[in-house]
Amino acid sequence: MTLTRILGAAALTLGLALPALAQDKTKVGFIYVGPVGDGGWTYEHDQGRLAVEEHFGDQVETVFRESVPEGADAERAITQMALQGADLIFTTSFGFMDATMAVAQKFPDVKFEHATGFKTADNVSVYSARFYEGRAIQGHIAGKMTESNIIGYIASFPIPEVIRGINAAYIHARKVNPEVEFKVIWAYTWFDPPKEADAATALIDQGADVILQHTDSTAPQAAAEKAGDVITFGQASDMAEYKPTPRVSSIIDNWAPYYIARTQAVIDGTWESTETWDGIAPGMVEIGEITDAVPADVREEALAMIEAIAAGEYHPFTGPLNKQDGTPWLADGEVADDATLLGMDFFVEGLTAEIPN
Amino acid sequence: MLTLERRPQPSRTWSAVAPVLAVVITMIAGGAMFAALGQDPVEAIRTIFWEPLFGEFASYYRPQLLVKAAPLILIAIGLALGFRANIWNIGAEGQYIIGALTGAGVGLAFYPAESMLIFPLMVLAGALGGWAWAMIPGLLKVRFGTNEILVSLMLVYVAEQLLAKMALGLLRNPEGRGFPGSRNLRDYPSAHNAELFANTGIHWGVVAALIAVIFAYILLTRHVLGFHIRLAGQAPRAARFAGVAPARLTLICLGLSGALAGLAGLFEVAGPAGQVSIDFNVGYGFTAIIVAFLGRLHPVGILLAGLLMALTYIGGETAESNLGLPAAAIQMFQGMLLFFLLAVDMLTHFRLRWKTAEVA
Repeated sequence: MTLTRILGAAALTLGLALPALAQDKTKVGFIYVGPVGDGGWTYEHDQGRLAVEEHFGDQVETVFRESVPEGADAERAITQMALQGADLIFTTSFGFMDATMAVAQKFPDVKFEHATGFKTADNVSVYSARFYEGRAIQGHIAGKMTESNIIGYIASFPIPEVIRGINAAYIHARKVNPEVEFKVIWAYTWFDPPKEADAATALIDQGADVILQHTDSTAPQAAAEKAGDVITFGQASDMAEYKPTPRVSSIIDNWAPYYIARTQAVIDGTWESTETWDGIAPGMVEIGEITDAVPADVREEALAMIEAIAAGEYHPFTGPLNKQDGTPWLADGEVADDATLLGMDFFVEGLTAEIPN
Repeated sequence: MLTLERRPQPSRTWSAVAPVLAVVITMIAGGAMFAALGQDPVEAIRTIFWEPLFGEFASYYRPQLLVKAAPLILIAIGLALGFRANIWNIGAEGQYIIGALTGAGVGLAFYPAESMLIFPLMVLAGALGGWAWAMIPGLLKVRFGTNEILVSLMLVYVAEQLLAKMALGLLRNPEGRGFPGSRNLRDYPSAHNAELFANTGIHWGVVAALIAVIFAYILLTRHVLGFHIRLAGQAPRAARFAGVAPARLTLICLGLSGALAGLAGLFEVAGPAGQVSIDFNVGYGFTAIIVAFLGRLHPVGILLAGLLMALTYIGGETAESNLGLPAAAIQMFQGMLLFFLLAVDMLTHFRLRWKTAEVA
């Protein structure tokens, strides 16, 4: 049997099955970049998958592949899932973008959802969370709490999402502490515990007493705990096992409501290609418990900021803001537009680190 | 008691039987591991070895085996030539990256011009890039007596940095909204290593791998260079008397393996991967070392070993998504294969003997 014939058969079965979907199990697939036990990014996506299973029970079957390399292998992994009858596939890393697009073209009847990318098609949606809202809170707490005035930042790849996070954290740290300095290490990985631990240790050696991370493992938390007197924030997941210190708060990605809604749309036959970018307000970004290690007044301020962001009263990128080279970006009171934020490839004024290129 | 006794000659029978036996033992031990994970061991083993070849979607998986095996075979063939002559190129991963960079770089330099000549030029550039990267440890060894294992290995990390630099800088897609990574060569017909048969994914790299197997076979069995390679490995002193120049042989072997690794990189970047990205390389250069030894450093053996390795990858992936096996279990399974191969391999050089303890 050729692929085209399989595809034809698949399309036919799907077409015939559509009116009678109620009896048919909907199959939802997930492609993960890290292991489900990473305790961060992939862990939370898998929590979303489990929530889908729980919500729909027998109506839905889920499958997943973990630790899929971003490259040629991703395309095969996604194809495999589509061949095995998945109706909806979530590909949960930026690097899966082109592979998702390629497979989506071959399987027009399967719906695809790509996290953090920007390419869409009739059967490909994109979704991401406004993590920068959470970064603003972290920046505020970090700026208030640092004593050495040096904040270490473990960055992954120099893509807009990561750059946005560094900017958001820096703007809010500087606002409360003009002396603050950010040291950035580019780890070029999403998940590599030894590398992340090395980066954290290097930053601590350079005097950082706050570590922010955009990588997915808890290794930096462990390194901070070992060093003592260093605070950290849970990334993508609560990382609650490091409470109350070093982890003093966290950004939690809550994908479950989105995954459930999109699965429901496929079941109902109402699925459409969309671009979703949700933040604190709809609950896609959650701020984990701010522990007692944070002074009460700082906590109050942080909670107030969360509320203001959720209510839409405050946008973390509000002028006046200049770019790193001093050119004006946002005038007083002006708010950044989404297009600029989505393609952000510059640091704001005051950051001394460089974006590699 | 049981003792090991060195054989006067390596056993030919065991040399041939060892890989097969290793696979069988791996199946048993792996099955036990899967059972311990709460899976049906027979079903798991069947999924890994049977499903891609004869299962429901075999028509998709079979050509994918060739696609996955092609870079492994291409690189392993080159490495094996050197290994036979005791020249240890451990840095094929770096040569693979550089080949991809130079090849893709040439293609992207012509964008958006269309010409039949662009792809052949890219192939040439890929081979040259890999060759040049392998010449660094080669020349250092010949000129200063450095160790090619260390130099070639360390150059892998240099190559990775270069790759990141290129994906973020020179080769970055100007229309990529600031994201790292080059243009996708799929969207550039003249530079795309497109599939040769519709819906199979089979690309020029597969053809190149098969040609490399044939060439290596002829080289080793019929050509004087092949004789020199074998001689240098088996009897270095005799080789010198036979007129083999060690420096020349070092450069030839490193150069050949570098060029083949570079070719593999080019075919991969212009085909299945499509673009230069920060994490383009996934370890083919290192896995190829395993393939070379699994294949007994023999071209036909390498062909089979490459296919077997590809089968464990693709079958493993199938088992992951069908049975929900963790990715780590599949890696363990592949590790077992190697472990048992080395263990069984001992029987080629040693034999087991029962010795009754002498009474004092």
